[in-house]
Amino acid sequence: MTAIIALSLFGISNLFLGFWFSRKVLQSLTLVFLAIGMGLTAADWNHELLWFGHMFRTTNTSINFSLLIQLAAFLVVAFSRGFGNDDEHTHPAEYYALMLFSVVGAIMMVSFDHMIMLFVGLEILSVAMYVLTGSDKRSLRANEASLKYFLMGAFATGILLFGITLVYGATHSFYISNIGTIIASTAPESTPNFLFIGVLLMTVGLLFKVSAAPFHFWTADVYEGAPSIFTMFMSTVVKTAGFAALYHIVGDVFGGMYSTWVITIYFISMLTLIVGNVTAVYQQSVKRMLAYSSISHAGYMLMTVSAHQASSTSTILYYSFAYILATATAFAVFILVSDYQTGRKEKPENFQAFEGLAKNNPGLAFCFTVSLLSLAGIPLTGGFWGKFFVFSDTFSRNMTYPVILAIMMSAVGVYYYFKGIIAAYFRDGDIEKIEIPSLYKIALWATTLGTLLLGVYPSLVKNMF
Amino acid sequence: MNLLFILFFPLLAGAILLIAKPAKSFIWSLGAALIELGATGYLLTQMSESQVSQSFTHAWIPEVGISFSLLADGISGILIGLCALLVPFIIASTANTDKANNAQYQGLILTMQTALMGAFLAKDAFLFYFFFEASLLPIYFLASIYGGENRQAITFKFFIYTLFGSLFLLIGLIFVYLRTPGLIHSADMDVLYQTAHGLSAAQQGYLFLAFFIAFAIKMPIFPFHTWQPDTYTTAPTQGTMLLSGIMLKMGTYGVIRLVLPMFPLGIAAWGPAAMILSIIGVIYGSIIAIQQKDAKRLLAYSSFAHVGLISAGMLTQSIEGIQGALYQMLSHGINVVGLFFVIDLIERRTKSRELAQLGGITQASYVLSVCFVILSLGSVALPLTNGFIGEFLLLKSVFDYQMTLGIVAGITIILGAVYTLRLIQKSMFGNVSRITKDFEDLQAAEKWVLIPLCALVILGGIFPNVVLSFSEATVVQLAELIK
Repeated sequence: MTAIIALSLFGISNLFLGFWFSRKVLQSLTLVFLAIGMGLTAADWNHELLWFGHMFRTTNTSINFSLLIQLAAFLVVAFSRGFGNDDEHTHPAEYYALMLFSVVGAIMMVSFDHMIMLFVGLEILSVAMYVLTGSDKRSLRANEASLKYFLMGAFATGILLFGITLVYGATHSFYISNIGTIIASTAPESTPNFLFIGVLLMTVGLLFKVSAAPFHFWTADVYEGAPSIFTMFMSTVVKTAGFAALYHIVGDVFGGMYSTWVITIYFISMLTLIVGNVTAVYQQSVKRMLAYSSISHAGYMLMTVSAHQASSTSTILYYSFAYILATATAFAVFILVSDYQTGRKEKPENFQAFEGLAKNNPGLAFCFTVSLLSLAGIPLTGGFWGKFFVFSDTFSRNMTYPVILAIMMSAVGVYYYFKGIIAAYFRDGDIEKIEIPSLYKIALWATTLGTLLLGVYPSLVKNMF
Repeated sequence: MNLLFILFFPLLAGAILLIAKPAKSFIWSLGAALIELGATGYLLTQMSESQVSQSFTHAWIPEVGISFSLLADGISGILIGLCALLVPFIIASTANTDKANNAQYQGLILTMQTALMGAFLAKDAFLFYFFFEASLLPIYFLASIYGGENRQAITFKFFIYTLFGSLFLLIGLIFVYLRTPGLIHSADMDVLYQTAHGLSAAQQGYLFLAFFIAFAIKMPIFPFHTWQPDTYTTAPTQGTMLLSGIMLKMGTYGVIRLVLPMFPLGIAAWGPAAMILSIIGVIYGSIIAIQQKDAKRLLAYSSFAHVGLISAGMLTQSIEGIQGALYQMLSHGINVVGLFFVIDLIERRTKSRELAQLGGITQASYVLSVCFVILSLGSVALPLTNGFIGEFLLLKSVFDYQMTLGIVAGITIILGAVYTLRLIQKSMFGNVSRITKDFEDLQAAEKWVLIPLCALVILGGIFPNVVLSFSEATVVQLAELIK
C-alpha cells in the first residue's frame, strides 16, 4: 500500500526532475521508481491490512494484480523511446509522471474496499489516460481519440456512479465487505429491485473500461489515434486493472447474486468474442487489429468471470500476465516497424509495412511471431495455457456453448494473427536492419522469452497466484 | 533419462542449427538424426528383450494435475521407432540439393521430430495435445517458406483446418479431465480411461465425435481430406514426407491411444458411421488417384486411401485390426517416404511430375526403376512386402467385423494395383520422352537412401513378427480395456 504513496510522490518529483534531466535519465528513473513500487507492494505479502479508514485493503490477490500492473507499466516505460519526432513539443517528464499517476489509480482499482475508492482510482487512471491519448497534440487523430475517449469514459463513469448510488441505497453501505454480508443476510424476496439495477449499472461501467462489446465502439479509434506507446499502456495496464476491479465487484462482492449477473456477463462475453474476432479479420492496420484483438481477449476473460470458479482469480491473473507479455511484445515490434516505415510507406501501420521483416531483422520477426502465436493461443506460448485455464474454468460450470464458440473464434483468431507472421516471413519487402536501443532490445527479448517460458512451464507463475 | 534424451535431442540439435547456422548443416543434421536413431534403437531393443515398458514422470503443472509423463510401450515404441527411422532418410534425401546445407531447413525438420516424438511418447493427455499442436509450427514454416506454387495460401488452409480440428480434441479432453476424481484433477491417460468409462452413452458419443473429428482431419478421413492433396503437392518433398510418413500417424495413433480405450460406448454408437466414412475414403481416394496426371498428387490420394483402411481396421477394436493398423502405419511410412523420394528424383532431373510427359526412365536408370517397383509393390500390398502384412490384417479385421464392408474395402487392393501400376508404367516404361531422354543415373547418395528403404520393404514382408510380437502384449492389454 505504501506503494501508492511512493508512486504518487515519484510522479510529482518526476514533474520537477523534468527541468534538469533528459528523457533518457527520466526513463531510467521511472524504471527505478516502478521497481521500488513493486518492492513496496511485495512487502505487504501475506499481511492482510486495511488502510485509509478501511477504504483500501491489501490481500494477496490485490498484491498480485498490483505487481502485474506495475510490471506492465515497467515494460511500457522500458519500451518508450522518443515521444513524437521532435523533442521541442514533447514533455517526457509529464508523460512519465502521468503514467505513474495512472498506475496509482490502477492499484487503487484492484485493492479497494470502499466504492468511493474504486471511483477515485478509476478516475485517476482515466484522466491521466485521456491526457496521454491526446499527447501528440498536433495529430488530428490523437485529438479525436482523446475527445472520444474522454466523452465515452465520462459517460461510463457516470453510469458506474449511478450504479454505486443505487447499491448504496439498497444496502446502506459503501464498504464492499459490508455489502457482501448484507446481501447474504437479506432474503431474496425482500431485496429491493434497484439493487439489481445498481449491480448491472456498475458492471456496465466497468465493462466499458475493459472494452467488452457492446461498449467497445471507442476502442479501435482510440487505440489507433493514441501514440502507440500509450496504446500499449492502455491495452495492458488499463485492461488488467479493469478486469481485476470487475471481478472483485461481481465475483467477490456480488458473488451471492451470481444468478442475477451471470446472464448478462454470459451473453456479453459471447458477443465480445464474436465482435472482437470477426471485426479483427477485416482490419488492414496492425494497430486496429491489435485493438480488436484486445476486445476479443476481453471476451475470453469474461468467460472466466461468468464461470466464477474458485480458480477464476488465478486464471484471470495468468491470462492477464500472458496477455500483457504478448501484447507488449507485439506493440514493441509494431512501434519499431511503423516508425521505420513512416515516410517510406504510405501506410506505415498496415500489414504491408511488415513485409520482408524477417530478411534483415530475424530477431524482430521472431519476437513478433512468438507474441502473435501467444495471442492466438498456440502451444509453446503462454497464451495457450491462458486459454486452457479459461476453457477449463468455463467447462467446470458446464457452460458448453461459450466454449464451443470460443474455440471457433480461436480459429478465426489464428487467421488474423497469422497475417502478421505471413507478412513478416513470406512476403518480399525492403526493410533494412532496424537499429534498436539496448534497453529496448533487452525488454523485447525478456517479454518474448517470458512468453515462451510461460508456455513451456506455466507452473512457474501459476503457483505464485 | 533415455526417454528424455530421445525426446529433446532433436530439438537441441535443431535449435543449434537454427541459431548457429553452421555451414555444413547437412552433416550435422544427418549426424544428429543418426544418433537419435541409435538411441531409439537401443531403447527399443532393450524393451523388446526385457518386455518392460519405459516411462518417465515429472511434475509439470501440479496445480492442475498435469504432469510431464512419458511412456514407451508396445504401441508408442513402434511409432517412435518409425519416427527415428524415417527422419535420417528424410534428411539424407536432401543430399545434393540446395536444401542440403540450408541450416534453417534442416533445423526445422529436427525440431519437428521432437514434436512428433513428444506426441507419441506423451502419457499425459495434455502433454500429447501440446506436442500434437506444436508439431504444426515447424511444418507450417517448412511448407510456407520452401513449398511450391501458391504455398502460403495452401499451407495456411492446412494450418487453420487442422488447428480447428484439434481444438475439438482440447475441449473433449478438458471435459473428461474435469470429471476425474480428486480435488486436483488428473490428465494421466490411465485415469482418463477409467473416468471416460463411467460416462453415459450419450456423453461418450459426443466425445467420440469431438475426438474423432480432430484425428480424422489429421489423418485425413473422408470428408475432412480437402486440405490434404493440395498440401502434399505443394509442400517441399521433405515436408510431404514428414506429413505423410509421420505426422499423419499422430492421427491414427491418437485414435488407438485415446479414442479406443476411452469411449467404447461412443464407438458402439458412432463407430460404424466412422468406419463407413473411412471405407468411402478408401474407394474414393483410389478412384481419384487413378485419374491423376500429377505423380505427387497421385501419391497424395493413395496415401489418403491407405489411411482410410488403417482407420477402418482400428475401429473394429479387434486385436488384429489394431495390430494391422500399427504394422501398416510402419510400412506406409516407409513406402510413402520412398515413393515421394522417387518422384522428387524424377522431378529434379526432368523438372516435371506430369505422367504424360514422362516415360522410359528404366532405360536410363535401372536402379531407380527397380527400387520404384519394389516400393510400389509394397504399397500395393503384394505378398513378401511389408504392405501385405498390414493390409491383410486390416482387411481380415474388417471382414470379421462386417462382411459387406470387408468386401467393399477389399476392392482397394485391385484399385491400388491399378493406380500404382499406371504410375510405374507411365513413368518408368514406355517410350523415352523429350524430357527423359537425358535422364541421369542415380548418384551414390541417392542410392544410399533408396536401397535401404527397399530392403526395409522386403524385410518387413518376411519378418513381420519382430514388430508384431513387440506390440502384441500392449495391444492385448488395450483390447482388454475396450471390453
